[in-house]
Amino acid sequence: MLSPYIPILVQAIIVAGLGAAILGVSALVGVRKRSSEKLAPYECGIAPVGNARGRFSVSFYLVGMLFILFDVEAVFLYPWAVVFKSLHWAGFIEMFLYILILLAGYVYVWKKGALDWTR
Amino acid sequence: MTGDIIRLFPEIVLGVSGILVILFAPFVPPRRQSLLGWFALFGVVAAGAADALTARDPGLAFGGSVSADSFSVYFIALFLLVAGVTILGSIHYLERENLPAGEFYALILLATLGMALMAAGLDLVLVFLGLELSSLSTYILAGYRRHDKRSNEASLKYFLLGSFATAFFLYGIAFVYGLSGTTNLMTLARRVGAAGGPNRTFAAVALLLIFVGLGFKVSAAPFQIWTPDVYQGAPAPVVAFLSVGPKAAAFAVLLRVFFGPLSEGSHMAFWLLWLSAILTMCLGNLAAIWQSNVKRLLAYSAIAQAGYILVGFAAGSADGRSAVSFYLVTYALMNTGAFLLVAQLAGGGEGRTEIDDYKGLARECPGKAAVLSVLLLSLSGIPTTAGFLGKFYLFRAAVDSHLIALTIIAVLNSVVSVYYYFRLIVVMYMEEGPAAVSTARLPGSLWAALAVSVAGIFYLGIFPSAFLEFARLTSNLLPH
Amino acid sequence: MVPLSYYLALSAVLFILGTAGFALRRNIITIFMCIELMLNAVNLALIAFSRFLSDLGGQLFVFFVIVVAAAEATVGLAIIIALYRNHESLSVDKLDSMKL
Repeated sequence: MLSPYIPILVQAIIVAGLGAAILGVSALVGVRKRSSEKLAPYECGIAPVGNARGRFSVSFYLVGMLFILFDVEAVFLYPWAVVFKSLHWAGFIEMFLYILILLAGYVYVWKKGALDWTR
Repeated sequence: MTGDIIRLFPEIVLGVSGILVILFAPFVPPRRQSLLGWFALFGVVAAGAADALTARDPGLAFGGSVSADSFSVYFIALFLLVAGVTILGSIHYLERENLPAGEFYALILLATLGMALMAAGLDLVLVFLGLELSSLSTYILAGYRRHDKRSNEASLKYFLLGSFATAFFLYGIAFVYGLSGTTNLMTLARRVGAAGGPNRTFAAVALLLIFVGLGFKVSAAPFQIWTPDVYQGAPAPVVAFLSVGPKAAAFAVLLRVFFGPLSEGSHMAFWLLWLSAILTMCLGNLAAIWQSNVKRLLAYSAIAQAGYILVGFAAGSADGRSAVSFYLVTYALMNTGAFLLVAQLAGGGEGRTEIDDYKGLARECPGKAAVLSVLLLSLSGIPTTAGFLGKFYLFRAAVDSHLIALTIIAVLNSVVSVYYYFRLIVVMYMEEGPAAVSTARLPGSLWAALAVSVAGIFYLGIFPSAFLEFARLTSNLLPH
Repeated sequence: MVPLSYYLALSAVLFILGTAGFALRRNIITIFMCIELMLNAVNLALIAFSRFLSDLGGQLFVFFVIVVAAAEATVGLAIIIALYRNHESLSVDKLDSMKL
């Protein structure tokens, strides 16, 4: 019953073995030179500035949360787009109302200044 | 299509006015924010008119996912009553506490929309969306005093436990769907009937999960733990709303699900309700005796009240169901009024909510003490008040269904509850003091809200028959 | 084809893990993620039922659950930020300003 899964098992073993081999060989053979440059946290090759535990501006969280909302609300557009033609005008009007409600939310967020980075 | 829209008209009015309030909010000058409150109140009244309009042309709408029938009309009217009284009672509070008004009223309107969808929805998907709309709005409202630690805490606890409960409710719906291939209650009844009864195990699991989910919302034991902290920490006008509205909506869904095809021929549903009723009443009343904070006392009292309502559920009869509907209205009048008055008396920053702060209130403000006494007397179930008749109908339904032990426990619990309600009255009337609570004059809007509550309590307590007829119509849970 | 009961068992395991995590974890964000795990367990059950009943309703429901979960996440995170600004801690054990 489990025979179709044997190739997956083989692949899992190869993957784990390859990973272990690469790490193991470089740990055994590699040459280590410790310098302050090398021990610094990696930030895209740029010298790190300030403390990593520093405070973020609240607008960072705000934009993050707004992104989640508006991003996921768009999920209804995909199935709607697939059957758009068979829904005729009723489907168009319903989606229009939905977007209108989202737009009302957007206007509110804008007016409240939540999108203003300089605040 | 137009018929569909008319049958959903109250919900549409609520949604549109909620969105308009929030869009107007940034354009209204800060000193005229109470205008938003009056606009929201107008929205509620318009929704009430729309509700009356749907009552004239009952039937299904939107492919059977929405039903406009006496059940939905009754419950939507109840939600609108709670929303209207809360808005009236909050106008002054928001100015006093310097809180933004637009979002407050918009959230109240949207929560009411969610509750209306719960009562009118025949499709469990729609019921779920309504539940979430009302829950999310009330989570935010519970933390509305966002610089106050207790309000933050109340909001977080309500949010965590509420969404935990929602997951259970959702899992229950998933099982209903797996059982029957539909989430529509009408189709479910038809298919289960054709199959000669549901698959027992699946139906039992689904019922249990749905009960856990909604049990949290109505604070039925053993899922009541969040209630005292949330009611104590949240702003009092918000508690006036959330202790009644979402609770009544969850009870409405419980009515439709627990007296539907899932529980047909099942003993589990009955024993679940029976046991939970007893636990809820006893835990609520026994804990209430020891409280020293008024908001916490009323929180435990609200738990106990949920227990009385579950007695009507356990009765299982049409009389039991209409007694539940009737009691929910009386409970709404009493509890909303009590919390709104507590909000006013607590003064700036809601600092004065201990029972001792009420010492000697009757001498300094006889009017306020009298109103609070009427509300407390009705909560304890003294005759001539609506609370008495409500309890009487609930317990009589239980006796008619031969639930003698349950009725005796319920009556004993009511007797215990008289003790703690009277303790507050005694403190107000018998003890000396300069009252520590705010003795400022009642603002007109709050006065009107309390007048609605008190007048309703006496009206239903003395002339219940017309209203009872209306409540009786709600015992038809599904349209034919 | 994998039988339905496998999916349901996996969904039940995920749901119970979420419940256990909710009860045992002390960090608010972790507790919140446990709730999300429970919602996803439900989604899995819905999709499995939908596939085996050959009915699209269940998959449609999942769309709604996803969107509602996103809204819930936004509200939850906003509440957590408001709380953190006043409490400077994200442990549920510190939330005791109302204990008797």
